[in-house]
Amino acid sequence: MPDNFIPTSVDYIRTLPEIILIVAGAVMMFLEGLAGERHRKGSGPLALIVILGALAAALNAGLNKGLAYQNFLVIDDFATFFRVLVLVVGAFTVLCSISYLKREDSDSSEYYALILFSLVGQCLLATSNELIMVFIGLEISSIATYILAGFHRDDRRNNEAAIKYFLLGSFATAFLLYGVAWIYGLTGTTNLTQIGKLLADPRTVNAPWMVGTACALMFVGFAFKVSAAPFQSWTPDVYQGAPAPITMFMSAGPKAAAFAVFLRVFTTAFSGQGESWEYIVWISALLTMIIGNFAALTQSNIKRMLAYSSIAHAGYVLVAIAARSEIGTAAALFYLASYAFMNLGAFAIVIHFSRHHERYVLVEDLAGLSQKQPVIAALFTVFLLSLIGVPLTSGFFGKFYIFKAAIDSKLFWLSVLGLLNSAVAAYYYLRVIVVMYFHEPGQSVETATAPSAGINITLWASAIAIVVLGVFPSLLLNFATQSAFLGK
Amino acid sequence: MNLLNWTIALPALGFVLLLLMPAGLKDKAKFVALILSLVIFAMSLGLIGPVLADPQARSFEINVPWIDTPAIRYHIALDGLSLWLVILSTFLTPLCILISWKYIQHREKEYYAFLLLLEVGVIGVFAAMDLFLFYVYWEITLVPMYFLIGIWGHDRRIYATVKFFLYTMAGSVLMLAAILYLYSHTGTFDYPVVRELIASGRVPMSASVEALLFFAFFIAFAIKVPLWPLHTWLPDAHVEAPTAGSVMLASVMLKMGTYGIVRFCLPLFGGAARHYAPLIGALAITGIIVGALVAMVQPNMKKLVAYSSVSHLGFVVLGIFSFNQQGLDGAVYQMLCHGISTGALFMLVGMLYERNHSLEIKAYGGVATVAPHLTTIFLITTLASIGLPLLNNFVGEFLVLQGAAIANFNWAVGAGVGVILSACYMLWMFQRTFLGKTPHDVAHHVTDINARELLAVVPLVILMVWMGTVTQTFLPSIGRANAAILEQTRNSQQVEAANHAR
Repeated sequence: MPDNFIPTSVDYIRTLPEIILIVAGAVMMFLEGLAGERHRKGSGPLALIVILGALAAALNAGLNKGLAYQNFLVIDDFATFFRVLVLVVGAFTVLCSISYLKREDSDSSEYYALILFSLVGQCLLATSNELIMVFIGLEISSIATYILAGFHRDDRRNNEAAIKYFLLGSFATAFLLYGVAWIYGLTGTTNLTQIGKLLADPRTVNAPWMVGTACALMFVGFAFKVSAAPFQSWTPDVYQGAPAPITMFMSAGPKAAAFAVFLRVFTTAFSGQGESWEYIVWISALLTMIIGNFAALTQSNIKRMLAYSSIAHAGYVLVAIAARSEIGTAAALFYLASYAFMNLGAFAIVIHFSRHHERYVLVEDLAGLSQKQPVIAALFTVFLLSLIGVPLTSGFFGKFYIFKAAIDSKLFWLSVLGLLNSAVAAYYYLRVIVVMYFHEPGQSVETATAPSAGINITLWASAIAIVVLGVFPSLLLNFATQSAFLGK
Repeated sequence: MNLLNWTIALPALGFVLLLLMPAGLKDKAKFVALILSLVIFAMSLGLIGPVLADPQARSFEINVPWIDTPAIRYHIALDGLSLWLVILSTFLTPLCILISWKYIQHREKEYYAFLLLLEVGVIGVFAAMDLFLFYVYWEITLVPMYFLIGIWGHDRRIYATVKFFLYTMAGSVLMLAAILYLYSHTGTFDYPVVRELIASGRVPMSASVEALLFFAFFIAFAIKVPLWPLHTWLPDAHVEAPTAGSVMLASVMLKMGTYGIVRFCLPLFGGAARHYAPLIGALAITGIIVGALVAMVQPNMKKLVAYSSVSHLGFVVLGIFSFNQQGLDGAVYQMLCHGISTGALFMLVGMLYERNHSLEIKAYGGVATVAPHLTTIFLITTLASIGLPLLNNFVGEFLVLQGAAIANFNWAVGAGVGVILSACYMLWMFQRTFLGKTPHDVAHHVTDINARELLAVVPLVILMVWMGTVTQTFLPSIGRANAAILEQTRNSQQVEAANHAR
C-alpha cells in the first residue's frame, strides 16, 4: 500500500487536461439551468476555448512525463499522442456543431458539456495504466456518447441509434469487465505492467487457457468499441441514426481512444501472450476489412457508407496490431491520426450539405456538386482519395506503414488480402466522386448554401493536414514512432 | 539546376496554376497549357544529348532523402531506355492540347490541368529510380485519367473510367506488396541498390517466393500493357475517352506497363522471368492474334484501334520475353512506334468524330472525295500501323520477329500471322471509311483537315517516316541500355539459380 493518497502537485499538472474538461463541463451544466436561453449562444465558443485550454494542458503534461495518482495513470508520449488527437477531434466537432445545432434549432449547452465529458473519458483511456481506470474511462466516454447519439429526442432514428448503441455497448462493456475480473483473479493486480510481468512468469501464473479466456473476453469488449468484426453490427445503424456531428465525433475520437487502450493493454499486459492473440486479431482484421468494404459497396446513404468504411479502416488498424511490433504500433498511431482528419473532412461536408433535419444524406444528392461548389467538391475529392489511399495523401502513407509493418512481421497473406481489400474500397469512394463530377446538378445541389465558418475551417484544416502528411509523413511519424515504445 | 527535375516540376506547376486560375480567365487556359507544354517539350530535348553520351549511365540523377523512416529517397534519373519514353510524353502533350482546342467546350481549365498532371505522372514513372517513388507516380497517373475519361468522355464514360481505375488499382496493390517485401529483405527502396543486393546474392529467395514476387510485379504491369486476357478494360476506356485521353492512354500509359517489365521484372527476377517466358510468350501471341481478329469485326473505329493496340502490345511483350538483343530492341522501338502511329490514328478518328459525330464505320464512306488531305494522312498512318517498310512500325516488328525467331521459331510464326491480320483489318477499315460512295451526311458534315489539326498530326507523320528510315537516331542508345538490362537479367538469373540450388 502506498503511504498516502494525497496527490502531489505534479499529479495535477499531469492530469490538468481532464481536470479542466470536467470542471468546465460541470459548470456548463449548471449555467444551462441558471442562465437559460441567454447563455446558450456562448456555450459553443466556450466549449471550444475549454478544449483548446485542455489541449495546451495536454501538451504541457507531455513535457512532464511520468506516473500519476499511485500509478493509476501514466503520462507518456503514447498518452500525449492520443490526448492531443482526441482533443483536436473534439475541437473540430465543436466547430462543426455550432452551425449545425443552430440549423436544427437544438442549441444547448448540455450538448457541449456532454462532448467535454466524453473527452474526459477518452483522455483517461489514453492515460490509464490500470484496468479499473480503463473501465472507468470507457464508461465515461461511452455514456456521454450514448446520450449524444440520441440527442434529438423527437427524432426516431436518433432514438433507435441511442438505444442500440447503449444496449449493445453495455453488453460489450460487461464482457470487458468480466475479463478484468478474471485477470485480477489470476494475478491479484490490475496494474498493466505488473500483469505483464506476472503473466510472463510461468511460476506465478500457469493457466494458459484461463489467461487466453480473459484475453478473449477483453478482446470482445475492445473489438466492440473499435467496431471490429464480428462485433461491428451496431456501427452502421448508430452512425446513420446519430446527429451528423456526433457521427463525425464517434468515428474519429472515441474510436481512436478505444484503439489506444486496446494497444496499451494488449502490448503491455498481454505482450507475452502475443502468439496466441495474434491469430484472433488476424482473423478479426481480415473479417473486419472484408465486411466493411463489401457492405459499403451497396450503400446509398453517405453516413451509412462512411460507417462501413470506418469498419473497414478499423480492420487496417487491426492489421497493424496483429504485426505485434513497435513499427506496427507506430503505424497504427499514424493511421488513426490521418484517418481522423479524413473523417473530419468527409463528415464536415455531410454536416454542411445535409440541410435541415438531415434531408440530403444520399450519395445521389451530391450530384453535380463540382459545378455549383467546385471548391467543396475538390476538398471532398481530397478526403476520398485519401480514404482510397492514393499517394501524396496521408491515407496512403497510413496504409503503407501498416502493410509495411505487417510484411516486416511476416504477415504476407494478411497484407496481400488487405491490399486487395483497399482496391475494392476504391469502388465506393469513387462512386461519390463520380456523382459529384460526372452527374448533372439536382435540386439538392441547386439549393446548397455556402458553408459556415466553422465548417470551412474544419475542411481546410483537414485537407491541409492530409496533403502535408501525404508529402512529409515524417512530421507525424517520428512522434508516432517515439510514442510507440510502450512499457519498455 | 537539373533539367529532368524541371521537366517534372514545370507541368506540376502548370497544374496548380491552372487550377488556381480565376474563372474569368478560363478561355486562356488552353493558351497557358499549350505554351507551357511546348516549353516543357523544348526543355526535354535538352535531355537527349547527355543521355546519348552514355546510355547505360544514370544521367540527370537526383538522389536526395525524402522521408526518413522508412528510408525513401527522391531518386530520379534517365538512361537510354527511359529517355525516349520521356520525350514521347513531352512531345505528345502539346499535340493533345492542340487536338482538344475546339472539342473541349466545358470546364476547360480543369481539362488542361489534368492533362498536365498526367504529364507529371508519366514522366515521373519513367524517371523514378526508387521503387516507392515509382509506385507513387504510377498511382498518380490514375487520377487525371480517371477524370479525363469521366468528365469529358462519351456516353458510357462512368462505367469505363471506374473499370479502368479499379483494374489498375487491383494490379498495383499487388506490386506494392512485392515492393514492401523487397524492402523488408533489403532495407531500401532504392532500385539500383536493391538490384545490386539481389545480383550479389545477398537476398536469398526460394524459387516459389521469387515466382510470387515476379508475378506480383508482372500482373500489375500486364494489366496496364494490357496483356491478353487482362485487356478487357482497354476497349472500354479507349472508346469512352475524349480524343486526347485516348492518345495519352494508348501512346504513353500503356508503355508504363511494358517499361516496368523491362526495367524491373527482368533485372530483379531474371530466373522467374526466364522460367515463365514460355507461358508469357504464349499469352502474348494469343493477344496478338485474338486482338487482331476481334479488331477485324469491330463496327466502331475507336474500338478497332483499341483492339489493334492489344495486338501491337502483344508484339512488345513477345520481344521482351525473347531474352535477346534483337527482341528487346524491337520491343522498346515498337513501344515508341506504337505511341506515334496509334496516337495519330486516335487523333484522326477523333477528327472524323468531331465532324460527323459518329464512330461507327458504317456511317462513313467516300471520305476521300470530301477530305482528300485527311485521307492521305490517314492512309500514311494506316500503312505505318500495318508495318510497311520505310515506316516506323516495320522496324519494331521486324526486330521483334527476328528476336522471337531466335528464341523460338514457332513464336515468330504465330506473331507473323498477326502482322498479316493487321493489314487486313486496317485496310478494310480504310476502304469502308474513305473509299466508295459518300453518304449524304458525310458529304454534308465532313470537311478537310484544318491548319490546327495539321499542326497536330504532321509532326507525327514526319516521325513515322523518320523512325522508319533513320533508325540511327534512336536505336543505338536503346540498344546500349538494353544490353545492360540483359546483362543484369542474366546475372540475376544465375544468382537466383545458385540460391535455389542451395
